[in-house]
This record gives sequence, C-alpha cells and structure tokens, in this order.
Amino acid sequence: MNVPAAWYLVLAAVLFGIGSFGLLTRRSALIIFMCLELLLNAVNLTFVTFARTLRDIGGQAAVFFVMVVAAAEVTVGLGIVVTVFRRRSSTSVDELSEMKG
Amino acid sequence: MIGAAYAIPDILAFVVAALMILAGAIGVLAVRNPVHAALSLILTLFGVAVAFVAQSADFLAVVQIIVYAGAIVVLFLFVIMFLGVDRTDPVRVEPLVGQRALAGVGVVVTIGGLVALLASSHWVTGAIAVSTSGHPTPGGAGNVRAVGTAVFTTYLFAFEATAALLIIAVVGAVLLARRERRMDREGEA
Repeated sequence: MNVPAAWYLVLAAVLFGIGSFGLLTRRSALIIFMCLELLLNAVNLTFVTFARTLRDIGGQAAVFFVMVVAAAEVTVGLGIVVTVFRRRSSTSVDELSEMKG
Repeated sequence: MIGAAYAIPDILAFVVAALMILAGAIGVLAVRNPVHAALSLILTLFGVAVAFVAQSADFLAVVQIIVYAGAIVVLFLFVIMFLGVDRTDPVRVEPLVGQRALAGVGVVVTIGGLVALLASSHWVTGAIAVSTSGHPTPGGAGNVRAVGTAVFTTYLFAFEATAALLIIAVVGAVLLARRERRMDREGEA
C-alpha cells in the first residue's frame, strides 16, 4: 500500500510555504519567477496526490494544463524581464517604481 | 504502526522525493548566485517528478522533466547568462524593515493552517465521499492512455484553449524581446 496522502499534502504545503517566502522577500525578478515555479509545483503535487486518492484522472489532466500555462507564463515573463533589463540595467523589482502614487 | 502498514519502497520513494524537493527549494532561496538557484530549482523539479512516479503519474513525471527541467530552467539559465546578472544581485539588503519577519509569520500561518485543515478532516477538501468507487489511476503505459483520453475528451476545449495560449505567448515573447529598430531609423531621419 502506498504512503498516506497526508504525507504528500504536508510536503506540498511546506514547498508552497518556502516558495511564498521567497516570493515575498526576494528582489530579483528572476528569483521571484523561480519561486513562482515552486508554488506551481506544490500545487501540482497536491493535484496528483488527490488524483491518486480520489481515483480521478482529471487531477492529472489539470496538472498537464498547469504545466502548459507555466511554460507560457515563463516565456512572457522572462521576455518582460529582458525588456526591463535593457532599459534599466537591473532585474530588481524595487527599481520599477515609476507608477508609484 | 506507520512502518508496518506501508511498503518500504513507497516510504523510500517519498523520503527521497521529500529530501530532493526541500533541499532544492531551500537552495533556491539561500543561494546568492541566480545560476545556482536555477540548478537548485532543477533538483526540486526532479524531486517532484519522483513524487509523480511514486503516485503512478508516469506521463506527468516525464513531461515534468522534459518541460520544466528541459525547457523552463534552460530558459531561465539562458536569460540569466544573457543578462549577465549572475553576480551583481544584491540579496542581503532589506529595504523594508521587518519584511522578512512578516513574510516568515505569514508563511508559518499558511503552512500551519493547511496542516491543521489536513489534521481536522479526512482530506483537505473534507470531501470524504467523493467517488472512490472508480478504478485506481493507472501507472505506466496505461497512465498515458488515461491522461490522453481525459485531455482529448473531457478537457478538449481547455486543450484547444492552451494551443491559442501558447501561440499568444510565443508572439508576445517575440514582440517583447525584439529590438525596436524601426523607431531608431525614424529618429535618425
């Protein structure tokens, strides 16, 4: 018998926590994107765990779509990072304060 | 009790996956160099792939390695080296006072809430009676068949929408990364 679903769910929760801590504290847009990938992977792990325990293949299909969206998001996001870097010579998100009120 | 009820290979797979995932995730945060952070991210992604295989999601494990470790992280590394930001990143400065402490509190509350929710109910959703009567999700070649059937029948509209999304993303990325030569020429003239 496989290990209980709770183990994987706790692991996914901890991974989500680590990723969100990085998302909240880091300055470099590149590292923030990597932490975003950690968050998406934590959610994917939860999806797959529930697909196994609830015996529904739809969970795995959802992970497939999350991966596609993540690929699109990284493509556009890194394009924006490159554009911003060309203009400001920095990837720090603190520099992008032109629209600050 | 736990060690007796579950098969040793499954426990081993979980422990290996958990160690890889956590070590990689902490590495992403703790490492100063963005290149090393991207390599730590690969470790986490492989750990998630191990967890997928252990839960008979074989197709997703393969896609995870090909798409994430093969394409997304390479894209990260390409941008890092293209921009040359591998050493100039100021990590240790903290412009907002107490930001890290607040973020830590928020993260602890989030994890604690999720674990408490998990401990207080049978599943996180609390849905005890959701159709567990169906077949177990198949592994191996049957997994590819099952995921393919689901994607091309039940989720066909979403699948077509992802095609449009990918086209839009590619066009957007090309437009963003392109240098605007035409405006320069107009400026010269």
